[in-house]
Amino acid sequence: MIISIAIAILTLGILGALFGSLLGYSSIRFKVKEDPIVEELDAILPQTQCGQCGYPGCKPYAQAIADGEEINKCPPGGKAVMEQLAERMGIEPQALDGEEKPKLVAFIREDQCIGCTKCIQACPVDAIIGSTRQMHTVISDECTGCELCVAPCPTDCIDMNPIALTTQNWQWDLNRIPTKINTEL
Amino acid sequence: MSDYFLLFFGTVLVNNFVLVKFLGLCPFMGVSNKVETAVGMSFATTFVLTLTAALSYIVNNFILLPLDLLYLQTLSFILVIAVVVQFTEMVMHKTSPTLYRLLGIFLPLITTNCAILGLALLNINEGHDFVESIVYGFSAGVGFSLVLVLFSSMRERLAASDVPLPFKGASIAMITAGLMSLAFMGFTGLIK
Repeated sequence: MIISIAIAILTLGILGALFGSLLGYSSIRFKVKEDPIVEELDAILPQTQCGQCGYPGCKPYAQAIADGEEINKCPPGGKAVMEQLAERMGIEPQALDGEEKPKLVAFIREDQCIGCTKCIQACPVDAIIGSTRQMHTVISDECTGCELCVAPCPTDCIDMNPIALTTQNWQWDLNRIPTKINTEL
Repeated sequence: MSDYFLLFFGTVLVNNFVLVKFLGLCPFMGVSNKVETAVGMSFATTFVLTLTAALSYIVNNFILLPLDLLYLQTLSFILVIAVVVQFTEMVMHKTSPTLYRLLGIFLPLITTNCAILGLALLNINEGHDFVESIVYGFSAGVGFSLVLVLFSSMRERLAASDVPLPFKGASIAMITAGLMSLAFMGFTGLIK
């Protein structure tokens, strides 16, 4: 009785160790070198997955940048993201592709909303709430202004409004004074 | 040779794993929303089914049988399946990134697909030899692929059609699956 249990445990143990070592070996043997820079670039990008850069999402765009694509194609990220990308890639900052538009936020005219949920499905950041046959509304704090919700709306009731200037989002337009840090000391 | 053909068509049509034996129903309902993903899942499952059939036969006949440990079948087969899936994923990631991207999340999901364990156990029950086991595994995969792709193309059409409100969504999918199963019952008389 004890012996048969011991044999069973031993067999399973050996089988498991065999398979485990096979997997361990193959994980080294078949290691895929993923370009670590893609991950870093992807972390810089705003993850709105809006597709305004011409790529299906932020990860594909990060991959494209690593392969030599321009770094100025991300409207939601704007200048700040472009500068970070330039720093990471070790290249000069470039002018943003196209006019830098004022920051927009979507607004649903609720009297015309028929509750079709199409804009909710289009929104990459889940900034629209509402349900079937109930009117929808935009959480303006979450909205990135990517305009993806405008096209699917069957009643054209979504406007893109510029963000009203408030004390919360006022940007001091000060010229930054570049300071030089002597790293050799 | 004709035995293998009989086994093949018998498994694909008459004893279809999904619609007649009712194995692997979760991916059948879960990933049948789009034809593309259904095709990806079909390929991954067929591949793993075939490999598992071969490996589980080896484990059963050369390790468990001589040591008189048949009660460990389920446990060791699950071990085999998990290893095959993991190994396939690694090799595929290295050798064919395109296929890897296509199959994506489906590959690891197969580990918990009951059709795979069902196949390993059925192979033992039916007393298949080595080649028969592989043919059985492959044809189970083909049968799975066939119904999954058929079902997903039907569901794509259903999504666009005007379904009465009480039947919308999951319920019409269930009814469709039931009707498909009935249709496959019609193959019963095909091979005696």
